[in-house]
Amino acid sequence: MSKRYLMRRVFNCAALSGSLLCAVFGIFFLFWILKDVFSSGIGAMDMAFFTELPSPPGVAGGGLANAIWGTVLITGMATVIGVPAGILAGTYLSEYGRKKRFASVVRFLCDILVSAPSIVIGIFVYAVLVKPFKGFSAVAGALALAIIMLPVVVRTAEEMLKLVPDATREAALALGAPHWKVTLQVVYRGAFRGIITGVMLAVARISGETAPLLFTSFNNAFWNSNITEPTASLTVTIFNYAMGPYDDWHAKAWGGAFIITFTVLFINILSRLLLRGRTGS
Amino acid sequence: MMRILDRHKRDRFADFLFKGVSSFFALLIIVLMLFLFVVLAIESAPAIKAFGFKFIYSTDWNPVRASFGALPAIYGTIVLSAIAIVIAVPVSIGIAVFLTEMAPKKIRGPVGAAIELLASIPSIIYGMWGLFVFAPFLSAYVEPFLIENFGFLPLFRGTPLGIGMLPAGFILAIMIIPFISSVIRDVFLMVPPMLKESGYGMGATKFEVIWNIVIPFARSGIMGAVILGLGRALGETMAVTFMIGNSHDLSISLLDPATSISATLANEFTEAVDDIYLSGLVELGLILFAITFVVLALSKLMTMRFAPQKGRGKA
Repeated sequence: MSKRYLMRRVFNCAALSGSLLCAVFGIFFLFWILKDVFSSGIGAMDMAFFTELPSPPGVAGGGLANAIWGTVLITGMATVIGVPAGILAGTYLSEYGRKKRFASVVRFLCDILVSAPSIVIGIFVYAVLVKPFKGFSAVAGALALAIIMLPVVVRTAEEMLKLVPDATREAALALGAPHWKVTLQVVYRGAFRGIITGVMLAVARISGETAPLLFTSFNNAFWNSNITEPTASLTVTIFNYAMGPYDDWHAKAWGGAFIITFTVLFINILSRLLLRGRTGS
Repeated sequence: MMRILDRHKRDRFADFLFKGVSSFFALLIIVLMLFLFVVLAIESAPAIKAFGFKFIYSTDWNPVRASFGALPAIYGTIVLSAIAIVIAVPVSIGIAVFLTEMAPKKIRGPVGAAIELLASIPSIIYGMWGLFVFAPFLSAYVEPFLIENFGFLPLFRGTPLGIGMLPAGFILAIMIIPFISSVIRDVFLMVPPMLKESGYGMGATKFEVIWNIVIPFARSGIMGAVILGLGRALGETMAVTFMIGNSHDLSISLLDPATSISATLANEFTEAVDDIYLSGLVELGLILFAITFVVLALSKLMTMRFAPQKGRGKA
């Protein structure tokens, strides 16, 4: 074995071990973070956490029930606004726009909007909803989250609708069904599971968002069901509590982090399982 | 006969309606993008008028005296993203190589999924974990080491606080790794197998094939992935807000507290009572949005060529 050949082998081996280390690096941090969120958060889990209002700092007990409710409320409203709009825009791209110039511009902007800084969306909603109406509100928070989820839903809906073979559409059209009926009853049905998964992923993504809520839905220490009032959310509460000086606040923040992280993780893993073998990835 | 004609008419109308509604929502995306720019521009107009270009190069950020210089925040955002990119890119390429060329088929899926799950953890969790777990770790072990051994560089001077530019950049790197590595992986998968096989046929080792064939072929796709990561890093807010220390003092040391555009917005926006203060913050947001827009558009243009050509109807 020549020296040069040996060197090449050694180099090859070193480089490939390097790539293995990179993968290990990523996975290591995933588990490190999850381990800490789990071990620090599980302690805060009790009935009171889900049913009671926050107690003043230093007073034991209390919970984040209002914040959990607020997150559900805001995320729910955002989903109601964002999902139909997103699916319809996705339908346009897949069924009507296809290769038109207009459609590719929409796709391009969607891809940019997906990665755009969410805090800027928060400022935008502040300017159009909070400032003119002189008050933070759950609606404003929901609108900000809806804007964030919109491009995600559009792109996944389009991808999923595209997976329905054209032959299926043509078969239905040949039977005399009008285009809208084909889309609603044939194409949507074929892409149903994929679209649901996409919606779940989008909901998971917005339920962990904090930045756009800071100055739209703001915060509230009490129960609130009025959607035009400031509303607490888990993420903003985590932010305030973790930045605060009290140990019991930190414990509550870890509890909130526990709920958010594992919910999001659960939805992600579930949707992966649902999609397995559907998109070939 | 009439009934059939009627039905035909109704269907025509429904078709028209359905197409109209779905086109409307597609158009909405474009309108929304325009609106974002217009609204931010209108809201920041007072600050632009009051400070002009001084806003960008002045370092004096003092809301009390209504003096707003955004240089520390802009500098922070750029340096922070640079740190994140420098750490994240080699690791992401390594992960992509591992996932496409090295790992046995059975573990590709789980490892790829685990890396992608890193992207699903909310930003605030990274920030909180960074502040409570990673920062103490850094200040106890890593930063004293850096100061002792690399303290001759002005970059690594100061006190080991565990928060600052470098810690925030590191957390940011972990957050953008899944985005960069998944794009690079897709690009690697687009390399024609014939090219690689001819490499192996010449007796090249796996590393030589990757280095001399796969990476050159995928170069523009890799650039696109890197720029996508950059776009993500520029706008990341919550994790940075926790980790950067929020100081408007400009410092060359990467271990000192600093600030970024996004962290400034998160911290000060709700406290801004004066109109001019608010307007200055919105201008910061506009600058951030404009930069990320350009960066992300570039990235999209560079990776477009590698978009998997999913044939219609082959599902």
